[in-house]
Amino acid sequence: MAMQISDSAMLATSGAKARARAAALENIRTEPAAVRIAIITLAVSFLTIFVVLPLVLVFAQAFSKGFMAYVTALAEPEALAAIKLTLLVAAISVTLNLVFGLVAAWAVAKFEFSGKTFLITLIDLPFSVSPVISGLVFVLLFGAQGYFGGWLRDHDIQILFAVPGIALATTFVTFPFVARALIPLMQEQGTQEEEAAISLGASGLRTFFRVTLPNIKWGLLYGVLLCNARAMGEFGAVSVVSGHIRGETNTMPLLVEILYDEYQFVAAFAIASLLAMLALITLVAKTILERRLDGGEDRDH
Amino acid sequence: MSAIAARRRTLPGFGLTMGLTLTWLSVIILIPLAGLFLKSLELSLEQFWAILSSRRTLNALRISFGLAFGAACVNLVMGSIIVWALVRYRFPGRRIFDAIVDVPFALPTAVAGVALTALFAEKGWLGAPLAALGIKVAFTPLGIFVAMIFIGIPFVVRTVQPVLQDLDPEIEEAAGSLGASRWQTMIRVILPSLAPALLTGLALAFARAVGEYGSVIFIAGNLPNVSEIAPLLIVIRLSEFRYADATAIAAVMLVVSFIVIFAVNRLQRWAQHRDAER
Repeated sequence: MAMQISDSAMLATSGAKARARAAALENIRTEPAAVRIAIITLAVSFLTIFVVLPLVLVFAQAFSKGFMAYVTALAEPEALAAIKLTLLVAAISVTLNLVFGLVAAWAVAKFEFSGKTFLITLIDLPFSVSPVISGLVFVLLFGAQGYFGGWLRDHDIQILFAVPGIALATTFVTFPFVARALIPLMQEQGTQEEEAAISLGASGLRTFFRVTLPNIKWGLLYGVLLCNARAMGEFGAVSVVSGHIRGETNTMPLLVEILYDEYQFVAAFAIASLLAMLALITLVAKTILERRLDGGEDRDH
Repeated sequence: MSAIAARRRTLPGFGLTMGLTLTWLSVIILIPLAGLFLKSLELSLEQFWAILSSRRTLNALRISFGLAFGAACVNLVMGSIIVWALVRYRFPGRRIFDAIVDVPFALPTAVAGVALTALFAEKGWLGAPLAALGIKVAFTPLGIFVAMIFIGIPFVVRTVQPVLQDLDPEIEEAAGSLGASRWQTMIRVILPSLAPALLTGLALAFARAVGEYGSVIFIAGNLPNVSEIAPLLIVIRLSEFRYADATAIAAVMLVVSFIVIFAVNRLQRWAQHRDAER
């Protein structure tokens, strides 16, 4: 102990020694240069092989017969129908989940009640269910042999193999995104600002639109962005409920499969390239939003 | 505590929003899932068992669970290496590679599927050199493995990254200055702190890979008993109108998902509990 005290006293007199000690401590927390280089090389090559190459390949294949072939493939009526259907389904499920996310986040984040963790687990459920099963549950409900199948047939309502079924399955799969983006954010922000607004006489809705919404707008956008990317790209669940009627119930991912199976590689990868672009734009926007969301607390990261 | 609760109740809308939340949750998620379990209860135990013990079903489940676990283990190791490089080192392109980790989350699975297949097919950019070495990836179980590794990359990285970033540097410095070698510090000090996050990442990657469909079916080859995954078998049974078979397989997979969710919740409680003790 005495040694240490005299030690630190000596160091305090000399800035250079203090810096040397800091450097030594920093050295304790890192590895020899050879190990460092090996780890970086491993990480970078793994990500390059498994992630960068497939992405590059999508665009290389899409343009392999030239720009004109690419544009022609995208201008096919079937491709246009798929793009339209994908946008429609995404618009429906993102809107539904946007409203649900706001409502659920208000209930979960602004109030205390027992069973809150359990409720969040239930909201998270679709993340851990296989996409195929997410489609299957709706076939079991609305299919010809399903629980509501007979009733639907009697009333001439088409859910499976039509837009409602595709939208339902997509809504199921994308259910948690907005709520999960908002709940932690709104919990962190607490309730003081809303309470102030209420005690000053603002109505609940007015408080929500004037106080809460401006505070959570970036988090909301973040959730909507991820929800939309998944909604437009969903394959398994949609594949089970769509029926694959050409030009009618094929979304873009389903059309990729059909074209690929018919060896129309340029057309398949042209559609795939649109979806890949959507993914890349989503990631860039997500990175920017994350910085904005983190910006308040820790600028170091 | 009760004072806080009382104060929070001054905000309006709890009854309305909670009611809407529970209704919507039931309509979209809970009732459809309950329907599946009800349907599987319509089967007698013998029927259920006959479906599950058929050779094709057993093999599909074995392939899905076995390969998913193997892929999750690869993700555990590679994810640790990636997260270490991203958090601890500075190198050119680090931010880009950090963002790239999320590509498997964002890229539609069908796109990943066709891209990986073309990449690893016999004439593909990676398939050709591998074929020269006598290794076939596309249309074999190895292809399924590759697709499952791809889809699981973000899970370990994203669960461990925040924990490693927040790890107190003084603990490492203490271990180092007390004479522990770098290796000892890694195994005895850093690894235990990261263990809950690592296991959570492993479980999430496993759960995702077991249920994965889009990115796997293109590259798998889909030979019954050899390279046919359980989700594909569900789709095949559905197209044959064998709803009982599809339901039984789905019920088994759902139960496994629930076990994984339960395990992850436990892991997170363990981590919080341990942090609180410190």
